[in-house]
Amino acid sequence: MLPALRVSGLTKSFVIHAHGDLALPVLRDVTLAVSPGECLALVGPSGAGKSTLLRSLYGNYRPDAGSIRIGHGDGWVEMVRAAPRTVLDVRRRTLGFVSQFLRVIPRVGTLDVVAEPALRHGMGRAEARRRAESLLARLNVPVRLWSLPPATFSGGEQQRINIARSLIVDYPILLLDEPTASLDPANRDGVVELIRQRRDDGTAIVGIFHDPAVRDLLANRVLNVALPGTSVGVLA
Amino acid sequence: MSEAPLLSVQALTKRFGARVACRDVAFELWPGEVLGIVGESGSGKTTLLNCVAGRHAPEVGAVTYESAAYGLVDVHRLSEARRRLLGRTEWGFINQDARDGLRMTVSAGANIGERLMAVGARHYGDIRGTAQEWLQRVEIETDRLDDRPTTWSGGMRQRLQIARNLVSKPRLVLMDEPTGGLDVSVQARILDLLRGLVDTLQLSAVLVTHDLGVARLLTHRLMVMQGGRVVEEGLTDQVLDDPQHAYTQMLVASVLPV
Repeated sequence: MLPALRVSGLTKSFVIHAHGDLALPVLRDVTLAVSPGECLALVGPSGAGKSTLLRSLYGNYRPDAGSIRIGHGDGWVEMVRAAPRTVLDVRRRTLGFVSQFLRVIPRVGTLDVVAEPALRHGMGRAEARRRAESLLARLNVPVRLWSLPPATFSGGEQQRINIARSLIVDYPILLLDEPTASLDPANRDGVVELIRQRRDDGTAIVGIFHDPAVRDLLANRVLNVALPGTSVGVLA
Repeated sequence: MSEAPLLSVQALTKRFGARVACRDVAFELWPGEVLGIVGESGSGKTTLLNCVAGRHAPEVGAVTYESAAYGLVDVHRLSEARRRLLGRTEWGFINQDARDGLRMTVSAGANIGERLMAVGARHYGDIRGTAQEWLQRVEIETDRLDDRPTTWSGGMRQRLQIARNLVSKPRLVLMDEPTGGLDVSVQARILDLLRGLVDTLQLSAVLVTHDLGVARLLTHRLMVMQGGRVVEEGLTDQVLDDPQHAYTQMLVASVLPV
């Protein structure tokens, strides 16, 4: 099967101008490919560059060199140095991202926060609402919270709203940054099952999972980001 | 994705005497896109917006706009009459101080109705009905329709200015610090309102702000200006999360967390 995502020679450093143009190299020559139905787990110690790699794949960080190609519509899109409107179109239709923290918007209720990506994708209002409700119910977010803005909710509740928001569209590719970090075991299992289903339905996934049990349940392969000139390891 | 930009600014330079306010600025705005221009006071962002609107004439460069009525036009070569007409029909301009964008001596309803009449509405009952509808949309009680905005709060006036500008369904909206000088709670309400309207009306907009939080919430793309030059541009989250230029890094690092 053709990969959904191909990365080659990806290199990224941060230059801090306020500290004498201090350069912090983070990624060097990263190469990987992920196929539909496959889940690649990024592993390595804190500071190794796992989140930087994930954010680069989403077009949030700007790599210095290399290539990120994403299967989008009928063709491939090169994300490195792509025009902003191209990146936005890829995010709208192809690429979902679950960040560690929900960025709350003042005054916007939970149901609308979750439904927003579906509306942007072109889904009708009623259908988007129905999907948002069914995801929130499945993720055990209490009905009494649905109309409230999530600013005051617990970390675990916000995390599940974040997951619902990113899974409301059936994106062909999902990027997950610690999707279960602030969840209790019961809710963690629910989220893992939801993601596993997406993977088995053909979604290509790249994720960071600190919990080894979660990683074992979801990942087909692991990539050690800490190693220089990174290689792709195969999970036994 | 549409084929042609709605607005195109080419090599624009504007001087005030010896001082250069904007130097060699270029950008394109695509339909449905919201572009933010950020930078500190005096960086040239408001001057740029006024040049785009045709209020200032640049020494060098051009601003072209894809008009629904006239096709591709050079904003600074239009007759004054035609530019004014565009300003009342296809464009909106939201000023920081609502008093600069409203007519303070006439009622709220008349402020909204005036724009409708500019796009051809003639029936009094219809105009009044639409004005009422828009007051509701911007969360102003409809029994205030016949009030003059002189006694209103800053937040209410700003919401009225937004209604006046958007009632005629403009294709391009230019905004100069639309939430500047308002209390944070009032600011949140206006941001939420603008965010909803931008989405539902598929507005194309250029937003000038010094507030990076406002830029994050409302814009797709950002240009960072310093001393009249564009020093960095990109997708809004790229510029704010992975700033490259020393000046952008300084701006992002200066935001106080709450």
